[in-house]
Amino acid sequence: MMTTDHAPAKPPFWNNPQVRAVAFQAIALIATVSFGLYLFANTQANLQRLGIASGFDFLSSPAGFDIIQSLIPYSATASYGQVFWVALLNTLLVAALGVILATLLGFVIGVARLSKNWLIARLALIYVETFRNIPLLLQIFFWYFAVLRSMPAPRLSYSLGDVVFLNIRGLYLPAPQVEPGFGWAIAAFGIAVFLTLVLVRWARQRQAATGRQFPVVSAALALLLCLPLLTFWLAGSPLHWQLPELQGFNFRGGWVLIPEMASLLLALTIYTAAFIAEIVRAGIQAVSHGQTEASFSLGMNPGKTLRLIILPQALRVIIPPLTNQYLNLTKNSSLAAAIGYPDLVSSFAGTVLNQTGQAIECIAITMAVYLSISLLISLLMNLYNRRAALVER
Amino acid sequence: MAEPHIPHPDLPPPVSSVGPIGWLRRNLLSSPLNIVLTLLALYLLTIAIPPLLSWAVLNATWSGDSRDACQASHGACWVFIRVHFDQFMYGFYPEGQRWRVDLSALLLIFSAAPLFIRAVPSLVKLRLSLSILVLYPLIAFLLLSGGRFGLSVVETSRWGGLLLTLVIAGVGMTAALPLGILLALGRRSQLPAIQTLCVTFIEFWRGVPLITVLFMSSVMLPLFLPTGMNFDKLLRALIGVSLFQAAYMAEVVRGGLQAIPKGQFEAAAALGLGFWKMMGLIVLPQALKLVIPGIVNTFIALFKDTSLVLIIGLFDLLNTVHNATTNPAWLGFSTEGYVFAAAVYWLFCFGMSRYSQSLEKRLHTGHKR
Repeated sequence: MMTTDHAPAKPPFWNNPQVRAVAFQAIALIATVSFGLYLFANTQANLQRLGIASGFDFLSSPAGFDIIQSLIPYSATASYGQVFWVALLNTLLVAALGVILATLLGFVIGVARLSKNWLIARLALIYVETFRNIPLLLQIFFWYFAVLRSMPAPRLSYSLGDVVFLNIRGLYLPAPQVEPGFGWAIAAFGIAVFLTLVLVRWARQRQAATGRQFPVVSAALALLLCLPLLTFWLAGSPLHWQLPELQGFNFRGGWVLIPEMASLLLALTIYTAAFIAEIVRAGIQAVSHGQTEASFSLGMNPGKTLRLIILPQALRVIIPPLTNQYLNLTKNSSLAAAIGYPDLVSSFAGTVLNQTGQAIECIAITMAVYLSISLLISLLMNLYNRRAALVER
Repeated sequence: MAEPHIPHPDLPPPVSSVGPIGWLRRNLLSSPLNIVLTLLALYLLTIAIPPLLSWAVLNATWSGDSRDACQASHGACWVFIRVHFDQFMYGFYPEGQRWRVDLSALLLIFSAAPLFIRAVPSLVKLRLSLSILVLYPLIAFLLLSGGRFGLSVVETSRWGGLLLTLVIAGVGMTAALPLGILLALGRRSQLPAIQTLCVTFIEFWRGVPLITVLFMSSVMLPLFLPTGMNFDKLLRALIGVSLFQAAYMAEVVRGGLQAIPKGQFEAAAALGLGFWKMMGLIVLPQALKLVIPGIVNTFIALFKDTSLVLIIGLFDLLNTVHNATTNPAWLGFSTEGYVFAAAVYWLFCFGMSRYSQSLEKRLHTGHKR
């Protein structure tokens, strides 16, 4: 063995990448942990000084306040834990309705943006550019304070054929009253769904085996509509509508959409639909025109081209950002707190927090709920993405 | 003798396929469905436009200085906006001191103007923008809050209106972009501890609504701090908004980083550049250019989200307008107030999105297909 005289000098240890990596990570971890411990110690001291209880025992003590809208039985004597469930269901209700309505409106506007009709395309463009550039909270305030809170008193309600009423207390709709025998119609609907599934399977197998197609969509629609309706008629139409009626100063009966929910839903739908429209437009434009031409040259008609060639490819582009919008909508529904719709933030992180003073627990629970909804949806999204992604070399 | 063939001059195209008529036929009446859609759109316009026009312009009251001026007409009462205009712009900033707000706005406009002139060389622009970034916040803070150079102190609780909205948006943007870049670099880091920390941070902030963050900053932050230490309410909101948007910014920047081919990293390393030089000189300039639309979208979202600070009782533009509409002397003009606020927000957001489109076009150095 022989050593050379001019071997490069050994670099100092702080220039060694491995040493650096370990050192940087150690510094980051120590800094984070000590910052956390510092906050924890401060919090402990502050809680003791202010005499605030900690822990989740407050969830079982009585709440003592009313909630203007509740999907499950609730009274002022219920516990804070029940307030949580009521509030969570209210959040999920407005989010679910918002997602459905915004998707419908967004797809219509998005397709209208691409319309060959100049006027329609322009109107859709104006819609999108107007509503996505105005803060959502401002839109909620507009619908709530400027529109719905300026409605007349119950006695002077706007009415639509004495069936639907609109006044400052909300929108009154007829409520369906179910009578015995209605269960048969529901059962018939269940059977129709089952039969449709069987039909779809059979049609697919037959097409794979023989190449002959079966009009699945129209057959399924006929099945799903006719079977329940026929049963409903045979059972003697076991359903009637209870109309809202003016009694004294207020309406009784019927089903009421409170103005808080209505304005929140309107604003969420209109705002999110503007974003969904842009996503849909971009998705459809992302499918290259060659695909349409190739499909036409194979002899497919425009309807089939849209359904079998363009939409499946567009959906691959549309669905990830669309899910993001659904998540945004769910998170944005927390703006309900500003107008007093009893959602999770307004009832639980608001009223319960103020009554019990247990800020950390209330905020932590609220954040945990939103966080788990987000993580759950992104998990599903990743699963979908893995399935739908292009298989590349 | 055969007659020589003299070609006829070309016939003009049919009247129905060129000019205004051709345009109408192509764009509005090309098929039965299109005709129906056109009629539907026209119908919608005829029921929407005249009442809107008569409310907002024809029957509106423009002059006067009390609500009595608006009694006579059924249209909009823009007097409401006129009377409250200063309040909407400055909030409760003391009237005698409002020149300070104007001065800081003018200062920003004039110092930043060269950035938007194409003839200015880019090195000058870079130096100018860096110095604005460092110096302007200091100067503006001194001007607005006072306490030095004989300026009287104006507490942040008196800042309001558009001023406060712009302060929150400005600070949020300047804080969120660098923080977001750092977080994105951390998320792409090879070091597991750094990566985990950054991923946790980003996913946490992206998973919760901003409103709960603001709630947290107003009710939980006082518990986290040592006894006796107290934060300004505005500062708490600023921290909340900045951290929240930084997480979104990080995801946008990460998208750009992922789009840079590995060869760029390897080439930079082969030239002997260290991590920060490689990122700062090679990767980030390309990555950020790619994600300009995403960055501006995040800025626009941040600008709109500033309106949420009303939840914790700050008087930004929206809250000032909302407050004015609940003033007993001016009840019943909430529509005018919200329309005005919407117009202001819209101008800023639409302006930003248009500017980003032009920037994108200008910085596009590749080949257009």
